[in-house]
Parts: sequence; C-alpha cells; structure tokens
Amino acid sequence: MITAGRTLWLAFALISSLLLCALSISVGSRSIGLTEVWQVLLHPQETTEGVVVMQLRVPRTVIAVVVGAALAVAGVLMQSLTRNPLADPGILGINAGASLAVVMAVAITGIASITFYLWFAFLGAAAAAVGVYLLGSVGRQSATPARLALAGVAITAALSALVQTIILTNQEAFNEFRFWTAGSLEGRGLDITAVVAPFIAAGALCALALAPTLNALALGDETGAALGVRIRRTRALTFLAVTLLCGAGTAAVGPIAFVGLGIPYLARAAVGPDLRWAVPMCLLLGPAMLLAADIFGRVIITPQEVQAGIITALFGAPVFIAIVRRRRIEAV
Amino acid sequence: MSGHIVLRARGWSLVYERRTLLVGVAMLLVCAALSVAGLLFGDYPLTVSEVIGYLLGDTTDQLAGFFVREQRLPRVLLAVLVGAALGISGQIFQALSQNPLGSPDIIGFTTGSATGAVVQIIIFDTGPAGAAAGALLGGLTTALVIYLLAYRSGVSGLRLVLVGIGIGLMLGALNTLLVARAALTTAQTAAQWLAGSLNATTWHQVLLVVAALALLMPGVLLRARVLTVMNLGDDTAAGLGVRVERQRLILVVCGVALVAVATAACGPIAFIALAAPQLARRLTRSNQAGFLPAALMGACLVLGSDILAQRLFAPTQLAVGVVSGTLGGLYLICLLALERRKL
Repeated sequence: MITAGRTLWLAFALISSLLLCALSISVGSRSIGLTEVWQVLLHPQETTEGVVVMQLRVPRTVIAVVVGAALAVAGVLMQSLTRNPLADPGILGINAGASLAVVMAVAITGIASITFYLWFAFLGAAAAAVGVYLLGSVGRQSATPARLALAGVAITAALSALVQTIILTNQEAFNEFRFWTAGSLEGRGLDITAVVAPFIAAGALCALALAPTLNALALGDETGAALGVRIRRTRALTFLAVTLLCGAGTAAVGPIAFVGLGIPYLARAAVGPDLRWAVPMCLLLGPAMLLAADIFGRVIITPQEVQAGIITALFGAPVFIAIVRRRRIEAV
Repeated sequence: MSGHIVLRARGWSLVYERRTLLVGVAMLLVCAALSVAGLLFGDYPLTVSEVIGYLLGDTTDQLAGFFVREQRLPRVLLAVLVGAALGISGQIFQALSQNPLGSPDIIGFTTGSATGAVVQIIIFDTGPAGAAAGALLGGLTTALVIYLLAYRSGVSGLRLVLVGIGIGLMLGALNTLLVARAALTTAQTAAQWLAGSLNATTWHQVLLVVAALALLMPGVLLRARVLTVMNLGDDTAAGLGVRVERQRLILVVCGVALVAVATAACGPIAFIALAAPQLARRLTRSNQAGFLPAALMGACLVLGSDILAQRLFAPTQLAVGVVSGTLGGLYLICLLALERRKL
C-alpha cells in the first residue's frame, strides 16, 4: 500500500479522535456549547459549567483516550504475538485476574471504591498474565502461540470460577462486581489516570519499538530467526507490553469488550498488516472508539447512563461482523 | 504407532488405534466409578449393597429409597448426559473451526442460552422452567442468527467463529446490562442460574435430555468420518465426495442443539465444551479427539465436578459450573505444564 494512503488514514483517525474529544467534553445530561467549553478550558471559572467541564468531563475524556489507546495497542500486539486473529488481550487471563483481585479486595475489606482496589486489579491482572506466560512457555524453548492461547483459557476458567464462588456467597462483592464488570468511565478522576498513565505510556513505547521486529517474526519463527530476531526475547517483551497496557487499562475502568479485538481489525483493514503503521493507527482509533461509546452511553437514556463497556460490545460487534462478512479474513 | 485394532463384520469395519481404545475403556471405567460414587455419597451415606437394593426397588427405608431413586440417580444420569452432550458439541465446533477457541463457550451459543434465561428471570420473573425454556430458545435463535450472518455463499469455519465471537460479545454485554440494572435479589437469582447447577434434578429433566440426545446422537456419530475428511480442507473434502456445505450445516445444527439442551437442563456449565475435546485429544495423542472420547471425557468432568460441588463444603452446595471451571482449568494447566511434546 502506498505511504500517502496510509498517512491519510492516520490523519483521518487523528481528526476523528480530536473531534470526539471535543464532543465528549460538550455532550452530557447538561449540554455545553463548544465555544463555552473553549472559554472554560482557557479560563477556568467557578460556574456550574466550569465545574462540570473541569471536574467531570475532562477527566472522563482523558481516561477514555488513555485506556482506549492502551486496549487497542494491546490487542494488535496480542494478535500478532499469538498469530491468532481471535486473540483478545482478555484471553491472557487479564480480565479474570483483575476481576478476582477486585472481588477479593471488596469481600475481604468491605471497601468498595475504585481508588482503593485499582492497585489490586492491576496486580491481579499482571499476576494472571505472568502465570499464563510461564505456563505457555514451560518445557519449551519459547511460548508457542497455540499454547499461550490455551494456557490463557485454562487460567481464565480457573480464576473465573473463583470469582463466581465469591460473588455467589458475598452480596457486597457481587453488587460491586456487577457494576465493575460492565466497564464504566464514570467517576474515574484524574488521580486514576495519573496512576495508570505511566504504565500505559511505557507499554505503548515498547509496542512502537517492537513493531519492526514483530513484522519479521510474522513471517514465521524460522524466517524470523534467520532475519536476526531473538524470538524468545521478542515474545517476552511483547508480552510485557500487552500486560502493562491491558492490565493498567482494565484496572482503571473494568473490562471493556471489543476494543482490543475489533480495533486491530479496523486498523489492519485501513493501513495493512505492517505493524509500524498498524500500531500508531490503533493508538488513534482506540480512543476514538472508547470516546464514541462513552458519549453514546451518556445520551442514550438520559439522565441515566449505560456503561461504556456495554456500548462498545453492543455497537462494536455488528461492525466487526460486517467486516468479517465483507472481507477475506486476513492472515495476521 | 502402537498398532491398530480392526473390527470387521458384514458390510462395515471399524479401525481403532490401540491407545484410543485403551483410553476410551479407561475413561468408561472412571465414568462408571464416578457414577457409583455419585449414588453413594450424600448427606445420607449408604453402602454399595444398600444402593443396589434401592435401585432394584427395595422399600425397607422409604426415605433412603427416595434419595437414591428420585434424587441421586437422576442427578448422576443428567450429569453424564449433559457432559457427553457438551463434549461432543465442543468437538464438533473445534473440529469445524480447527481452533481450540472455536468451542460453543466462546462463540456465543452458550451466551445466547444464558441471555434467554436471564431475560426470563429478570424481565419476566419466571421460575426454573421458564428459564430453561428461555435458554433453549435463546441458544437456538442465537445459533440461527450466527449461521445466517456467517453465510456468504457457504460458511467457512473461521468466519462462523468470528461472527460467533461478535454475537457472543453483544449478548454478554446484554447479560451484564440486565444484571447491572436489575434489583439486587433478582440479579443474584440470575447469577445463581448463570453459575450452572444440577441441584434439584428431576426425572422429567433427564427424560427430556434423553429424548433430545436420542434424536441428535445418531446423526452426529455417523458423521465422525465426514468431519475427519473435512479437516483436509473444503476443496479436498469436496473432491472426495463430501457435500461440504450441507454436512457442515447438519453438524452445526446438531452441535448447537446439543449445547442448547444441556444449558437448558442445568444452566451454562463452564468450560466442559472447550476442555473435554482438548483433554481427550491429549490423552489419546491423536490430532482429533473423536466423538466418543470427547463425550466420555465430558461426562467424567461433569460427574466429578458435581460430586465435588456437593461434598467439598457440605452441607453448603457449590454450583457445578464453578467446580467444573476450576477442575477443568487446573487439569488443562497440569497437562500443559507436563506436556513437553510439540503441540
């Protein structure tokens, strides 16, 4: 594909993300005009609009951008690492690990607050992911894609069963879990973003740096090795990046379906399978998708909200199915 | 190759690898042992001779006879049937998609059944029978939608799986939304159902499942060879005289019906459809598990899980789906950890 076409796609994704950011600050149960938003952003004031924008809308928009980018990039890395177009970062046991940590934290301490269990969720996600990697690579030179996927499924099953045991016996944990697992951006302040952003930034940089190497590895292990790729190291680093990105993102807002699975498809459809282009494309498209889902969830049944994670699945899946139907399924 | 065993009669022949046959017999024995254990263990302990007596109609102790004939026996039978149905269904879809992630748990059929039941429980506030009907209807409708959406001058295995994952995600989100917006107690009822349970199994349920399996099994088992040929690729299979699209449709319909019936009978029992074929395949060391090993493995897993679910923290009963998830997960983890051969 010619570079000009790809650059155009990147520009298009960037512009849509920026537009959606503006919309996300403006739209809600109290609509605020774009000019007014601009005024408030330039000169913060103590009016109602000022408080809504600075305290609610801006933090929410920021976390949507950060987490959307994280999940999409994690997805594209994951699909490349496992050479499995069905691979979603959740397959690494990250969702299950984070879920178990959340319900355990709530069940044991009785404190149901995201600022409290954020770290637990992140640690749980990371622990589960490391477990999957170790299991997937035990006894062999390096983790093979199929074994990784199976190891992830196995560990997810075991952890989810524990989650179910806890929520069936502890009402408080169940009540917190049923909202957490829907995946919501509501009430996530800038303090939460500040905690997860460094991890996500590190993961994203890692992904950009790994892109050329993963391109070579996509040709197969032997060819990759012949091209000078250190397979074991590359896999471990990719895995680390996925864990940082998806673990931090999930810890911050709960499991968000489909961004990690669908956005890589869209990105590859637009700029082709070359990861040097697909990773940046995911960095831009992921936020656009999560922002759009969050905005839609706010307006669909005002004054109530539908969680962003539910919207991404309900509206992302038909798009995904349309792509699957229209295109030949691309090898990853 | 440890050798083959060939059975011949007029007009037909069967070839089994010796290992497959041995593993099959071993699993059959395990399954029988677990069934006996299921009849023996309970809050009201019995000896083997007592159980046999009550099964044959002994009426000295009305209560014990009731436990054995009306509670434990149907429960054990349902566990075996449901496990076999899930194992076979998983084998069908994993073979069609040639992907271990292609099992009905992941491609949306189980989620569709769950949606049917959750809608019944949360919106229409019905009891267990309504939930079962909802599950059956939900599973079959979901499968129909997935098949139609995946159809594009034929259904490729991978497209079916991808469409299924998309629909599964949507329905999963719908379930989460319903549970999150319901009153806490109703939400808990739904969560109980979603965990899967064999508690309070009646003969009624067993007979319905038996009828469904009697209808579906012959069609499936006769297609074992067709499925093997189809694994060579659609073109090769067509060249060998298999009407690929038609056979695939039949297999998909049977697989879906199996999983829908199983889910309607006792809720979504996690992980069996995915794990049973994979475990059977590893034990028999063959490329494809084959229907009977997968069915036996499924039956053993559900039976074992149910016994543990009843006895582990007795008198507190766990949900069988919780135990099957843990057990299947741990077993697959062990196999993966111990296996040093190429996958």
